[in-house]
Amino acid sequence: MNLIVEREKGLLEVERRISGLRSANANQPVDMSPEIAALQKKYEELQRELFGSLTPWQKVHMARHPDRPTTLDYIAQLDRFDELHGDRMFRDDPAVVAGFALLGGRAVMVMGQQRGRDTKENLRRNFGMVTPEGYRKVQRLAKTASRLGLPIVTFIDTKGADPGISSEEHAQSEAIAMCLYEFTEARVPIVATIVGEGGSGGALALGIADRVIMLENSVYSVASPEGCAAILWGDSAKAEEAAERLKLTAADLQRFGIIDEIVPEPLGGAHRDPARVVAEVLGSIGSSLQQLSESSPDALREARYQKYRRIGAWQTERLETVGPGR
Amino acid sequence: MAIPDWLRSRRGKNAETRDAAVWSKCPMCGEVLYRRDLAANLFVCTKCGHHFRMMAYDRISMLIDGDFTEIGAGIRPGDPLGWVDKKTYPVKLAGDQEKSGLTEGIVCGVGSIDGFEVALGVMDFHFRGGTMGTVVGERLTLLLEEARKRSIPCIIFTASGGARMEEGMFALMQMAKTTAAVSRLKDDGNFFVTVLTDPTTGGVSASFAFESDIIVAEPKAMIGFAGRRVIEQTIRQKLPDQFQTAEFLLEKGHIDMVVDRHELKAALVRLLQYAAAGKRVRA
Repeated sequence: MNLIVEREKGLLEVERRISGLRSANANQPVDMSPEIAALQKKYEELQRELFGSLTPWQKVHMARHPDRPTTLDYIAQLDRFDELHGDRMFRDDPAVVAGFALLGGRAVMVMGQQRGRDTKENLRRNFGMVTPEGYRKVQRLAKTASRLGLPIVTFIDTKGADPGISSEEHAQSEAIAMCLYEFTEARVPIVATIVGEGGSGGALALGIADRVIMLENSVYSVASPEGCAAILWGDSAKAEEAAERLKLTAADLQRFGIIDEIVPEPLGGAHRDPARVVAEVLGSIGSSLQQLSESSPDALREARYQKYRRIGAWQTERLETVGPGR
Repeated sequence: MAIPDWLRSRRGKNAETRDAAVWSKCPMCGEVLYRRDLAANLFVCTKCGHHFRMMAYDRISMLIDGDFTEIGAGIRPGDPLGWVDKKTYPVKLAGDQEKSGLTEGIVCGVGSIDGFEVALGVMDFHFRGGTMGTVVGERLTLLLEEARKRSIPCIIFTASGGARMEEGMFALMQMAKTTAAVSRLKDDGNFFVTVLTDPTTGGVSASFAFESDIIVAEPKAMIGFAGRRVIEQTIRQKLPDQFQTAEFLLEKGHIDMVVDRHELKAALVRLLQYAAAGKRVRA
């Protein structure tokens, strides 16, 4: 059960009452405006109380909200999109959507994990959990983009890579590893945006980028909170505790230098005003691409290397011995 | 320094206590083995051939001719998230250091294997399950950079439960960092070999372990992306015993060869000979 959906139930009730009063007010001699204003005030207070300050665990649920804009919602607002399919080996994985697109007049290669909004679509999209075939589609198109000189734009939204039997049989590890490799080698700008949940290596496979953007309530972590709790404490029910400890919020990760930019969301989450959020995200990606377009391919790759080279090296700064020991 | 002396110098009191365990029981066949016989047999069960998980320094002394110059040995773990569960992360690390006699989950350095100078990294499962945190990632990256600088082959032995949870996203980013270093090494025409030992999973299998030119594995090593338990919970059924073993991966075409530990050094030397015979091309 999604915690945010639960919290929204009380709000929806007030919303219904307000719109009921509004329509009644139109054809009634008595002016109901003060009542409407009072309810509106109550509504706003309730909204602030419920969503003004979310815990990491609540943000996990916000990131998983069924109405939250997904990859295809962003793609739908691009100037043009031509979907490309398949890994050229075995099948097309619907958990990854990819293709040529125009973003702010610029030709790009776009790709992202796609979860479903309902059970039926989730089954088809495997809840956004990508199989090796999906990661091979990503590699293939990243290579093409690099050769053609088209920037790569990714949208990240997955609990993690698919953990099934056939994924293991088809070398899930290799598929993810070689995505990391292709993104490292790509001679074009890469901009990644975590639009929902970014879980583990399955998310990072689309996450090596020159610029990493995150929505305010998106989360990004080494493992899903459930997975982390299962690994460390053998109990996935302790996911809330894991979410607290993992430092998976956008604010934490910006402080750590792991992401570059946060796109704010309206109170109550991105799904409260999807059009605005999608436009803002696409605007941010556009300006990042504009900045990055000024660098040469070699300079881009060098800067990307140095960026990842530095992450996590901070502990060594305080030590006298760095480099070859003895 | 000769390897036995060097090994003794590396081992502190903890190692002596550990060595006091005279007998080891084979987890596979249950045979009780005299520790010295087991060591003499390269930690392979004399009865059933089960390959025990090896300590990093035992592995290094099994392969390296003489001196071994460590890389990044002075780098120590920090606590970037301020992690606390039943214990704090620094307390957990101190326990691992005590238990394993290591400062972190990998030992890296440069030495010779049968006359071939190589950059060698050996992960050790006895330290926090061989998980990759920032120090493991940093030492690996320094090793890969050193191999590139010297234009020598790089061999990495993996043994890992994946990314280290207690370092959160810093741990995940080591996948990106090591991959970047691998790509530079290979672009310059250097030879890169990984040897997957029991177990190799998660963030390690899904990064440098599967980015090498040649992938060797030890018999029966468990290798996969998702852990067995996770898969069983997802599909709600028991997996066959051989699923995710080295032999299973060989059959599926994921790895180049499965080599018994007694043949391993000779196999690596042959690989190094082939690589040395070629004329290298930079990407």
